[in-house]
Amino acid sequence: MRIAIEAARLIDPAANLDRVAGLYLADGRIAGVGQAPAGFVADRRIDGRGLIAAPGLIDLCARMREPGADGALRIEMRAALAGGVTGVVCPPDTDPPLDEPGLVRMLRQRSREAAGARLYPLGALSAGLKGQALAQLCTLAEVGCVAFAQSGALPDDRGTLLSALRYARTYDLPVWLRPLDATLAADGVAGEGAVAGRLGLPVVPAVAETVALHTIFDLQRATGQPPVRIHLCRLSSGAGIDLLRAARREGLPVTADVDILHVHGVDSDVGHFDSNWRLDPPLRTERDRAAIRAALADGTIDAICSDHAPTALEDKLLPFGEAAVGASGLETLLALVLSWAQSDKVPLLRALELVTRGAARVLGEDTGTLLAGRKADVVLFDPTETWTVNPDSLLSFGKNTPYLGHQLTGRVRTTIVGGEVRFERTPAAGASA
Amino acid sequence: MPDPVLNPQLNADGELHHLLSLDGLPRGIVERILSTADSFIGVGSREVKSVPLLRGRSVFNLFFENSTRTRTTFEIAAKRLSADVFNLNIASSSAAKGESLLDTINNLTAMQADLFVVRHSQGGAPHLIAGHVAPHVHVINAGDGRHAHPTQGLLDLYTIRHYKPDFAALSVAIVGDILHSRVARSDIHALRALGVPDVRAVGPLTLLPDGLDELGVRVFTSLQEGIRDCDVVIMLRLQNERMSGALLPSAAEYFRRYGLTPEALRAAKPDCIVMHPGPMNRGIEIDSRVADGAHSVILPQVTFGIAVRMAVLSIAASSARFR
Repeated sequence: MRIAIEAARLIDPAANLDRVAGLYLADGRIAGVGQAPAGFVADRRIDGRGLIAAPGLIDLCARMREPGADGALRIEMRAALAGGVTGVVCPPDTDPPLDEPGLVRMLRQRSREAAGARLYPLGALSAGLKGQALAQLCTLAEVGCVAFAQSGALPDDRGTLLSALRYARTYDLPVWLRPLDATLAADGVAGEGAVAGRLGLPVVPAVAETVALHTIFDLQRATGQPPVRIHLCRLSSGAGIDLLRAARREGLPVTADVDILHVHGVDSDVGHFDSNWRLDPPLRTERDRAAIRAALADGTIDAICSDHAPTALEDKLLPFGEAAVGASGLETLLALVLSWAQSDKVPLLRALELVTRGAARVLGEDTGTLLAGRKADVVLFDPTETWTVNPDSLLSFGKNTPYLGHQLTGRVRTTIVGGEVRFERTPAAGASA
Repeated sequence: MPDPVLNPQLNADGELHHLLSLDGLPRGIVERILSTADSFIGVGSREVKSVPLLRGRSVFNLFFENSTRTRTTFEIAAKRLSADVFNLNIASSSAAKGESLLDTINNLTAMQADLFVVRHSQGGAPHLIAGHVAPHVHVINAGDGRHAHPTQGLLDLYTIRHYKPDFAALSVAIVGDILHSRVARSDIHALRALGVPDVRAVGPLTLLPDGLDELGVRVFTSLQEGIRDCDVVIMLRLQNERMSGALLPSAAEYFRRYGLTPEALRAAKPDCIVMHPGPMNRGIEIDSRVADGAHSVILPQVTFGIAVRMAVLSIAASSARFR
């Protein structure tokens, strides 16, 4: 299949490219940018006028509900494509956890059948994610796990954690950790500050993040030279970002992401106990959000993820502290990145880098770019189309998003994975061209 | 006045439809509740102890968390308004059978409930219920998690006004476990709404929440300094499970630091009043000599509480349909 995308504005952060030109795909790869290769005859031409063509988005944290709910992966893969996401990293906190090679093989098989985005499974760092014994890291890597994660908070058994980090370092396997101290987080459901004080909600203090970061960096240093590679998932506090900067200056091999809801939301958004804003980590203050935005702009943070956590609406129709945690996010990621870029006057090249090349670099993949010869994972979107987030406009099982009823700008038209058109949406009647 | 559209307690005309929190409740509504309570004060001492304001209306006491005292005072208040009262101890019925909170509410609405009085261990539960009931149904928060206990805040305000009518010159100290106290939060909003200039919170740092400054509250860690020259001292109940553990070493040490004894009370004004939302832990947060002494208005609080709850029920029930 040969595809020519004509007259779209091409944005490729990896190549510092931002201009209107043709994009040519052949045999699952990018065949040419600006100019078709000799003898290229398109099987299909896509009119890109008024649209942006960019590398497909890579989401560093999306729960696809499998293993757990049979058939869910297919639905969530459709949601990924609808959001312009061509690569999804699945955390291992599934049911059961991804700590067995057979489970990973099954998940990858189902992913191939679903013909959605590329699947990047994270293996469990410890057996059953219990933090007490190592999982079979090498075997899991052989069947396709791209890195190893503990999901939730750091395990209380720091000896086993250090041992797991050393074992991972032996084979140069990256480890992804949530900087969260379980005992300090305790039964908290909100960020500390005046809002939680007024609502009387138990808090997860920022010190639960900073203590965990100190622990992670200390253990990382103790793994030897060079230390184990660590990726920090979903930083949420300004104090945590300061520690990340210091670790970077020191030269520790560490990368980090934030989730898009923390780029936009602050604690006061919880309003009158809106459980759609019940997130993990919890929303923090305006100052924390400003620190996150500054760290995105200056490159301290490598990537923005959706932290996609689809759940049944009835699990959100509960008092705040009992409601399910997290939000459905694959389909709103792109529009929310665009709206952040617009409000903070961040160039699209930098904003999109955080969901394309920046995320691919964390994974050690050569995707997330339109460079000739690379995999043809491409999203074509209308940056001006406005749409309303509602249960009907979301393909995911999860309709749980704090943006229900909101209008967002920026909508995916076409998603291409490996040179194959896997998703197309015709523009809504009356939508801006 | 706050925008009624943004205030989930008010209907489109700005009338009180649900009572969920005193946070953001317009001053005019607070004053109307207090003056309406005045008119109910005499009802309890008459030979016929009821008025027909809620005749034919059904009030459901939904207590997802046990509280004999608050439930009883709401029951008395509703009965004195001639309502039909139904007490449901949800903790031991539907929830145990796995029925969701909103399914419980829908079922009770189908039984023609007019008012729900809700007590729940989770902050925000009454807001959730108020957001999903039929437009003619009213929700009264009888205490949700650590968040709010608005009728207690109002009855405390009523009690203070009874003894100390000049709010513009008042100093009020709230002493004890502010962090976990819905009473403290409601008292603070009530006092600030009516313009009390000096509201203080007194306790160890382990029992003080964030954000007291933003609420206009001065923080003290010493009982002596915290109640110095105060007109009103509100003592909070220390829950049994918090008397020893991560937040406090022992009840005895707490009493030495924060227990209100006659000696400690000398720091306050000579004509100060002492309040407590009950039930009291004598010898832990309050000395019996103070609880039963001349400054104590703890029993009048209970009496006023019924009049205030009658006022809340009757005002909410008289509002037009919601939006």
